[in-house]
Amino acid sequence: MTTLKSLMIPHRIVMMLLFAALALWCALSLRWDWIPKYAPLALEGLWTTIWILAVTTVLGFLLAVPLGLAQAIGPWYLSIPARTFCTIIRGTPLLLQIWLLYYGLGSLFPQFPWIRSSELWPYLRQAWPYAVLALTFSYAGYEGEVMRGAFSGVAKGQLEAAKSFGMRRFTMFRRIWLPQAIRNVLPTLGGETILQLKATPLVATITVIDIYAVSSRVRSDTFIVYEPLLLLAVVYMVIAGVITLAFKRFENQVPR
Amino acid sequence: MELILETLGLAESAQLLSLSPPGWGANLLRGLANSLKIAFGAFGFGLLIGLFGAYGKLYGGPVLRDLLAIYTTVIRAVPELVLILILYYVGTDLINKASSAMGYGRVEISGIVAGIWVLGIVQGAYSIEVLRGAILAVPPGQIEAARAFGMPPLMTMWRVTIPAMMSFATPGLANLWLIATKDTALLAIVGFSELTLETRQAASSTRAYFTFFLAAGGLYLMVTLCSGVVFAWIEKWARRGQPSLREGRS
Repeated sequence: MTTLKSLMIPHRIVMMLLFAALALWCALSLRWDWIPKYAPLALEGLWTTIWILAVTTVLGFLLAVPLGLAQAIGPWYLSIPARTFCTIIRGTPLLLQIWLLYYGLGSLFPQFPWIRSSELWPYLRQAWPYAVLALTFSYAGYEGEVMRGAFSGVAKGQLEAAKSFGMRRFTMFRRIWLPQAIRNVLPTLGGETILQLKATPLVATITVIDIYAVSSRVRSDTFIVYEPLLLLAVVYMVIAGVITLAFKRFENQVPR
Repeated sequence: MELILETLGLAESAQLLSLSPPGWGANLLRGLANSLKIAFGAFGFGLLIGLFGAYGKLYGGPVLRDLLAIYTTVIRAVPELVLILILYYVGTDLINKASSAMGYGRVEISGIVAGIWVLGIVQGAYSIEVLRGAILAVPPGQIEAARAFGMPPLMTMWRVTIPAMMSFATPGLANLWLIATKDTALLAIVGFSELTLETRQAASSTRAYFTFFLAAGGLYLMVTLCSGVVFAWIEKWARRGQPSLREGRS
């Protein structure tokens, strides 16, 4: 896409110089003296963002496979709940889902003494389990719809060939159906993962300290508005770029 | 009716959601109206950006094309929440600077206008891509024929390109509209009293979190499902006269 040669066109060189000048101006004339003070907190926040993203995409994908399968070939008593779940998740804002889980469940749980005395209570009092749950459901909802298409998109002949070899149903699913479905959705999966990255700052609204929450804290502590936000945007762009590159490499490794 | 609610144990929820003052139903509906207004405005503003952006990306000069590519890439890589904050502060700053330069004092910016501006810019980036794809899908002969008849460019756009691309653009635009309605919820964080924020206020002052969040979820879902019906109808209308896709398939 972007080779060195395609960048060496006169107007692009001018634009890059302009951009470098802009970046230099930002670096010199904007206020960056808050960075050393907040750097440790920012690193922690960055780590929170990354692990929430990784955990929710993996869990969400694991949940999306049965959801997609139920919608593609399941009997009605599985496919209707799966479809309803996907419609509800896709039809309501994620912010509302997060708040419903955090404030709703969070206010419901303390009413039951056996939950309060259980081993899980120290975790249930924190915010991150609700954030992880909401983001996992959201990813599963969107991805379940994608996987439904992917499962129905695998060529019938492949499955029939597997069956005629006498493969058992689960082996067939593991060796033929799932790998081909995943191969077909890899580009979509990359896009969905970036969408998931862009959804992670919402967890800051329920007091999880991610990188977005750190930037809000800098803003409210020091009244510096633009600098933390610009840096935050750059951080997200870098993460999105890394995800894109990783998926591209992964796609190239998969045989077509 | 009341008996049914009573037996289901929902009488309290019904009272909380009722439209008259002790209930919060009116607040929720006002929030929904605000959300829809912002979504409509942002979608329209985004379409406008999208149309001109798509034309710029297809027919513009190299500089314009690169600038538009940067715009769409950056907007699609940065979380909406961050963009909303940046655009909100930039927009209010610019307007205040302009008004003080012209000798007026600080201006209060209405929440709806700011929401439309912020979400419109975000939507624009996505609709550029949708419309560019749709324009590319129009058989080039049709546009060339219009040009050969000496139609001026704007008339070609209005009479040939837009009607011919509608059927390709509707599914993508339907998706964008749904994103617009759901993104209005993000404006709650900047403090606009749209549906999600109204819901949260109602919920935290009555402590009935489930009732209100589920009710708001139902309202959003209703909007989504109704839009689905409307867009299916629009798509059917846009496809009129075209051979059905289903019949062509084996």
